[in-house]
Amino acid sequence: MTTRRKGKAIAPKAWAGVALVAIALAVLPFVAASVGQAWVRILNFAMIYIMLALGLNIVVGFAGLLDLGYIAFYAVGAYVYALLASPHFNIHLPFWVILPMGAGLACLFGVLLGAPTLKLRGDYLAIVTLGFGEIIRIFLNNLNAPVNVTNGPQGINLIDPFRVNGFSFAQAERIGGIQVFGPQKYYYVLLLLTIAVIVINLRLQNSRLGRAWEAIREDEVAAKAMGINTRNVKLLAFAMGASFGGIAGGIFSATQQFVSPESFGLFESVIVLAMVVLGGMGNIPGVILGAILLTLLPEVLRSTMEPLQNALFGRVLLDAETVRLLVFGIALVAIMLYRPAGLWPSAVRKRELEAPKVAGQ
Amino acid sequence: MSALSLLVAKDISKRFGGVQALTDVSFTINHGEIYGLIGPNGAGKTSLFNVLTGIYEPDGGTFVFDGEPLSGAKPNEVAERGIARTFQNIRLFQNLSALENVMIGRHVRTKAGVFGAILRDQRTLAEEAAIEKRAYELLEYVGVAKRANDLAKHLAYGDQRRLEIARALATEPKLLALDEPAAGMNATETQALKRLLEDIRRDGTTILLIEHDMKLVMSVCVRVLVLDYGKKIAEDSCSVVQNDPKVIAAYLGGEVSLNLKGA
Repeated sequence: MTTRRKGKAIAPKAWAGVALVAIALAVLPFVAASVGQAWVRILNFAMIYIMLALGLNIVVGFAGLLDLGYIAFYAVGAYVYALLASPHFNIHLPFWVILPMGAGLACLFGVLLGAPTLKLRGDYLAIVTLGFGEIIRIFLNNLNAPVNVTNGPQGINLIDPFRVNGFSFAQAERIGGIQVFGPQKYYYVLLLLTIAVIVINLRLQNSRLGRAWEAIREDEVAAKAMGINTRNVKLLAFAMGASFGGIAGGIFSATQQFVSPESFGLFESVIVLAMVVLGGMGNIPGVILGAILLTLLPEVLRSTMEPLQNALFGRVLLDAETVRLLVFGIALVAIMLYRPAGLWPSAVRKRELEAPKVAGQ
Repeated sequence: MSALSLLVAKDISKRFGGVQALTDVSFTINHGEIYGLIGPNGAGKTSLFNVLTGIYEPDGGTFVFDGEPLSGAKPNEVAERGIARTFQNIRLFQNLSALENVMIGRHVRTKAGVFGAILRDQRTLAEEAAIEKRAYELLEYVGVAKRANDLAKHLAYGDQRRLEIARALATEPKLLALDEPAAGMNATETQALKRLLEDIRRDGTTILLIEHDMKLVMSVCVRVLVLDYGKKIAEDSCSVVQNDPKVIAAYLGGEVSLNLKGA
């Protein structure tokens, strides 16, 4: 009762806040476009990475299972979309059919990876999942002979964009007197999906299932003794995490209109894991922040490093790519040293790290 | 077996490599009693506990719980059947709040799955509310309600032991198995624990108690089982066991008890 009354009292303010954020998010792609179309694309990538990071967060952050091959599920989703909506097999299914299929197949692969690794933990699990991620990539690379399924290292080209009744999300056109480009259209699709993924994750965390995941992370033996079927609950974590990866992969395929095995290397897995860990493992706002920062930071560096060097030294000493990785690495080390629980840790992790102080009172 | 018996163990054996941890241990726990399990260190008490709760598989013997065989059940199946346990070295979910710890205990008696969690339909919401309400009640029951929102690991030692009991009770056990709940407690805390155990028994839960605190065991238990070197050396009421020469010998050593008798 009290909460309801309280809820009513703060409602107008809260709605004003939500409205402001909604307006900001709605105009963002046009603001970004005024700087350059590339920035709209980067925003879209940020949202794809948010989905990926939130999916991985279920496995790593909630259930405490270190997964280094997560990008494999992203690859599965991307290739399902690519194969079912491109001239490669001349199949052109609509996106709302393929996205659930991609999520479903990724989910199945999640269970396939989860099943044999149920007894593994920590480092050992990390090694097996890392291997799994590489297996998928190598398969994609080599499945062009004897039957050409994936077109090998050349990848698949001319993938269909999202289309609804002749309205193509890839085409630039004038809508209501405003010039709208493809990436801007995708931005809104991605925004809706990202919000859905965030809501689902928030709800999963505060549920019977979310608590069971956290119990396994804290103490698997005790969790079992309390009647939690750890096998099923862990498989469910792998399956849920993988499905989000599959959806993100499908959208990646559609926005890029091109996929190749190169996009799904170990480095991508590591980056997504870094987003989860740096942002704050197990804390959804933190993971979102991590995904946004780690997508934007390299791009900002890429666009500022060369002009900066030109201004300072009159010529470019280090090319942007090198500086980018260097700064990236230094930033990661600094964050791990000074904010080991992540930039925005969950309340629990924060309390955990403050524990010695409390105990010392 | 009679209608009275809740758990009947027959010839339970467990071997670890060359060590015979348990040899043909048989015993019966009746409905509604506090049943003690005592023995010197290394007698096999915790091994028996772990075999009973499915953490180890017995090499021989059978358990019949509540009229049905229990052999080969996994720990989570044992919990589902109605045996909840605590651990000798406290195993709480350290970084979750006291309340969440107890809420996790409700897992096995509730149903909501992925879709319930995502859709938050009426039934799931009602179930969640019931879980939280019951968890609060149990925290009140064991006396740590004031610390409901503190992390389990920040609770005082005695409170952690009580929280573990609350978490176990949340699974609605027929048999509550406690592994040295009074270990490390002072006299006052032990007294409070004794009252709690009596309350739990009065409210209808049978208790199996491993304990080194003989004063506690002798004051709350109706019957006790005494193990030594993995073998049953006595199973009887407290007063009988206390005067059993074999039990005295096990605790004090054969020589000493012979000397005592001689004197």
